[in-house]
Amino acid sequence: MDVKDIIKPENLVYSKSKVLTDTVMHYCPGCSHGVVHKLLAEVIEEMDIQDKTIGVSPVGCAVFAYKYINIDWQQAAHGRAPALATATKRLYPDKYVVAYQGDGDLASIGTAEIIHACNRGENIVVIFINNAIYGMTGGQMAPTTLLDMKTATTPYGRSVELNGHPLKITELVAQLEGTCYVTRQSVHTPASARRTKRAIKKALENSAQKKGTSLIEVVSTCNSNWKLSPVKANDWMVENMFPFYPLGDIKDR
Amino acid sequence: MAEKLLKKGNEAIALAAIRYGADGYFGYPITPQSEVMETLMEEMPWETTGMVVLQAESETSSINMLYGGACCGKKVMTSSSSPGISLMCEGLSYMAGAELPCLVVNVIRGGPGLGTIQPAQGDYFQAVKGGGHGDYKVIVLAPASVQEMYDFVGLSFDLAFKYRTPVMILSDGAIGQMMEKVELREPIKRLTDQEIAEKYGDWATVGKQPHRDGNIISSLSLEASEMEEINLRLQAKYQKIKENEVRYETLQCEDAEYMLVAFGSSARICESTVEMAREKGIKLGLLRPITLFPFPEEGIQKMLPQLKGVMSVELNAGQMVEDVKLAVNGKVPVEFYGRMGGSIFSPGEVFEAFSEKFNL
Repeated sequence: MDVKDIIKPENLVYSKSKVLTDTVMHYCPGCSHGVVHKLLAEVIEEMDIQDKTIGVSPVGCAVFAYKYINIDWQQAAHGRAPALATATKRLYPDKYVVAYQGDGDLASIGTAEIIHACNRGENIVVIFINNAIYGMTGGQMAPTTLLDMKTATTPYGRSVELNGHPLKITELVAQLEGTCYVTRQSVHTPASARRTKRAIKKALENSAQKKGTSLIEVVSTCNSNWKLSPVKANDWMVENMFPFYPLGDIKDR
Repeated sequence: MAEKLLKKGNEAIALAAIRYGADGYFGYPITPQSEVMETLMEEMPWETTGMVVLQAESETSSINMLYGGACCGKKVMTSSSSPGISLMCEGLSYMAGAELPCLVVNVIRGGPGLGTIQPAQGDYFQAVKGGGHGDYKVIVLAPASVQEMYDFVGLSFDLAFKYRTPVMILSDGAIGQMMEKVELREPIKRLTDQEIAEKYGDWATVGKQPHRDGNIISSLSLEASEMEEINLRLQAKYQKIKENEVRYETLQCEDAEYMLVAFGSSARICESTVEMAREKGIKLGLLRPITLFPFPEEGIQKMLPQLKGVMSVELNAGQMVEDVKLAVNGKVPVEFYGRMGGSIFSPGEVFEAFSEKFNL
């Protein structure tokens, strides 16, 4: 029996979004990026906005997001995605503009850009992957690294004296008048992935309604740099990340 | 008849941007060029041509807004002065690498560091030799009048899109602040989104089109061999620019035995120096590079058989003189005269330096 005899439309219970390319992802097994990419692609397909969505990819692991989601992409300099997204949205007000950033990109080197884009209330969507560590460069401390967490640049654990406190940038941008929707989600269970997908959809709808900036933080795992198995990384996240980065909507108006 | 106005160089940049159909201006205030954005905000072009004008939170953000706007196939520009341009150099390198068209205006002030707000030409190296990281060039135009400030905006956009590369107008505080007559050219309409999609849809992020996969604008390639290919392509483009886009002007060079080389406001001053020399019976001419990259090497070389000496005159410690020396290649003596830090020489000071250096 050939595989084509099995995969018939009537037998299909699930298929990959048409907006995802067939390129094999470079993300480590267990990484949250792949799930978030899938959710974004599904929402783009469901809203039928593949031709109207422009993505801005960051510097970091998601730099190659453009290989996996088949839309027009701009690859930004480190931290500057909100600046590119700002200009793109202002020059194409009818397009959907999505800036996809990690924690080092958004909350460290790009702090000025995210704060000011949110404060201006740019009608863009920001997806913020917070796994509390630098992935691409090999596991250094991120602005969101938890206290006592060991990384390549905090080998004895993050200390307040040496490194200051983890930055809750999502709570910070929620204070700004320009943001309309600020939420913190995760993708470690099917239910949480469904909630994140709903959040992405809502953010894109906000953008169409010109309500202001929507920011979705996805508390994520980086099992490779956390040096844990995918399953243990999920457990560690629930146990350690969620108490400090509690899930749920922070602002919705 | 074309409208003629008395305007500052900075104001001329703003008026030209609107009339040459710019889609977006993104900038951050810095002396001595703040009139560019102030004029744009006063003119409110978003009400007329639909041009976007946005005050960014920093020069870093401005240049990255330009990057985003240029990705969209739109005509985008910024203006700044020396310290601000330093912040933009990273973005310029990205845009050169990603082959994006844009216009950056540098109204130079005295440096280094925070320096001063008076005019200087100390950013020649930064503009012409790179500024940012990696092997890249931007086309550099050096206006010497308010009219050229206006005209070069249009020329810059044409060149930027012709070669898909950043173009810089390298001006200074004198040209930016001085008022002169400027003739406004016939306005050019902004392209519609539809026209942009048709013209640039094969590379720009205008939204994925049915007949193609998503466009990706990036300067990244992790394969060394691929990155070398990209570099070779860029170098081939710069070679083409060198062959086709050199612009310069000569003054009283026909019978010249000596020649000054100066750009921008220095060239304006040197015009008077040439007159002074001629009155004293010295056959002095002036070559004014209009493009600093590509540099008018051949223009200088053509003059060499009749010359006894060349002097580069700059408002810096001697930067363009290196390119003059490369062009002259030891065939005649090359001297340099300059002042720095916002101090400007008079035509007489230039003449004195010239006479002294060549024992005349």
